[in-house]
Amino acid sequence: MLSNRHLSGWVLASPLALVLVIFLVAPIVMITVVSFWGATEFSIYPAFQFDNYAFLFGSDVTYRVFLNTFKYAAITWVFTLLIGFTVAYFLAFHVRSLKWQIALFLLCTIPFWTSNIIRMISWIPFLGRNGLANSTLISWGVIDEPLEWLLFSDFSVILAFVHLYTLFMVVPIFNTMMRIDKSLIEAAADAGASGWQTLWHVIIPLTKPGIMIGTIFVVTLVMGDFITVRFMSGSQSANVGRMIQNDIGLLQYPSASATAVVLLITVLMIIGILLRFVDIRKEL
Amino acid sequence: MRNELDLEFVGLTKRYGGTIAVDEISYHFATGTYACLLGPSGCGKSSTLRMVAGHESVTAGAVLLAGRDISHLPPARRGTAMMFQSYALFPHLSVTDNVAFSLKMKGIDPAERARRAGEMLDLVDMSDFAARFPAQLSGGQQQRVALARALITEPQVLLLDEPLSALDPFLRVRMRAELKRLQRELGITFIHVTHGQDEALALADEIVVMNNARIEQAGRTRDVFDAPRTSFVARFLGSHNVIKLPDGEIAVRSDALKLRAPDSGQLQGRITNIEYQGTHVALTAAIAGDQDVTALLSDVDFFGAPKDLGEAVGLDWDRQAAHPLTA
Repeated sequence: MLSNRHLSGWVLASPLALVLVIFLVAPIVMITVVSFWGATEFSIYPAFQFDNYAFLFGSDVTYRVFLNTFKYAAITWVFTLLIGFTVAYFLAFHVRSLKWQIALFLLCTIPFWTSNIIRMISWIPFLGRNGLANSTLISWGVIDEPLEWLLFSDFSVILAFVHLYTLFMVVPIFNTMMRIDKSLIEAAADAGASGWQTLWHVIIPLTKPGIMIGTIFVVTLVMGDFITVRFMSGSQSANVGRMIQNDIGLLQYPSASATAVVLLITVLMIIGILLRFVDIRKEL
Repeated sequence: MRNELDLEFVGLTKRYGGTIAVDEISYHFATGTYACLLGPSGCGKSSTLRMVAGHESVTAGAVLLAGRDISHLPPARRGTAMMFQSYALFPHLSVTDNVAFSLKMKGIDPAERARRAGEMLDLVDMSDFAARFPAQLSGGQQQRVALARALITEPQVLLLDEPLSALDPFLRVRMRAELKRLQRELGITFIHVTHGQDEALALADEIVVMNNARIEQAGRTRDVFDAPRTSFVARFLGSHNVIKLPDGEIAVRSDALKLRAPDSGQLQGRITNIEYQGTHVALTAAIAGDQDVTALLSDVDFFGAPKDLGEAVGLDWDRQAAHPLTA
């Protein structure tokens, strides 16, 4: 009987385990294995050598690209957090009726009905040299010359990131905020807390798990992105994803794998550090 | 006996759209009174309390405390403090920090905060738990912390929203004694909202019975219990029989009903239920007009002359035990 129950436990767990092994563990193992292989201009061959890593860590391009990736992640994080927190706060505490909360929340998700690429590319006619933004500003007399930095710059890359990923901040923060007992806000008012004090001493501390989950979403998405950087920087900026994509384009799979492994470890370390600050388990 | 520090409702009204939650109630609470707002759910007692606390806007009328109109002041400037039904302790703060929260908001330095929070925790006997977090406390302990947090603001009036409803019956009785002791020691007014009549009778110097957004009857607890004016009050307070007689309704306490031989006394009935309650025996009898009355007899009286189900009895009461009811 006992061994029977043992067996049924394994059987119940196996489909999901199988899916994870095939689609998550196996590819990562494969990438790791290939990262130790060797490559020439026209072929790759199985081996166990550290050449790819030696080259990666020996080149200062790597450091600049990683630094640039961190920069994108950090700036995007700041903006998505500010906007995401504000939107979630508005939805959770200012919109009183559940009906409106749901309606406005759905409104936030409407952009997600189209693909990432479409949403991104639609910025180009807006931000371009003769685009909507520049021509409007010129017609208002704010500027004489079109602004060059609007498109194909770090500005446009980060703008697109913020646009694409803010919702990933809104959702977990909104979710945590909805679980805050409204009488806590009243208790804070009872204790003489001003609106800002309530925000700082009650709402933000209690929203930390949501902020942390949103942060993990945004940071991992930005760290792993390559298409946004390519389109919005006009191939003028690079991040780690672009570096990997270049290697793949040149069929340098071992080198691409090594970069991917380093990126994976970096992101895992970032998440590890974030999780030390906040216990998100009670959220899940 | 009016006093300058008294709490008073003047035509206090709360409307939500078209529905009236509190309908022009007026009442005067003397300083240092333990008062219970008693009524079924939806009677407006909680809305009333929340209007006093400042968590609900006043539609019309006013709340006066110590002679000033506090109806439109922010909660912290009213001289009231509220203890929430769910206690509303900040889950991310330790017991000490919860109690000291209002001091922190005022910008008082940490040493002073810790000292005064310590005093308050002493008062509610929770000093040993100062470093714990709310999730590590039992319901009764959380409640003490919530009390300490409310009292540290030195309120003139403490508002308690169904404070005992989340506790198990045993703890409820103990916290009841605790609340009463605190109120006596502090000498401030307690306004306690409850739907439990036993709680109200046990604690209150004055009770305000509410029904349908109005005060049904209010006054000193014994006066109200001894002489209910409406059938609602008599029924809600319990231990009363509401008896419809040809010349109107009356309320008679169950323990004032006496058994007589059949065909004597003022009413004739047939016993439908006998319930042994330890010190007492509750006898239910069906009387004319499809009504039930309950007589509470001491066990000595009942077992001195035991009755059986279905037996016919006469029921009698003293004239002064009958209270005519208006509605």
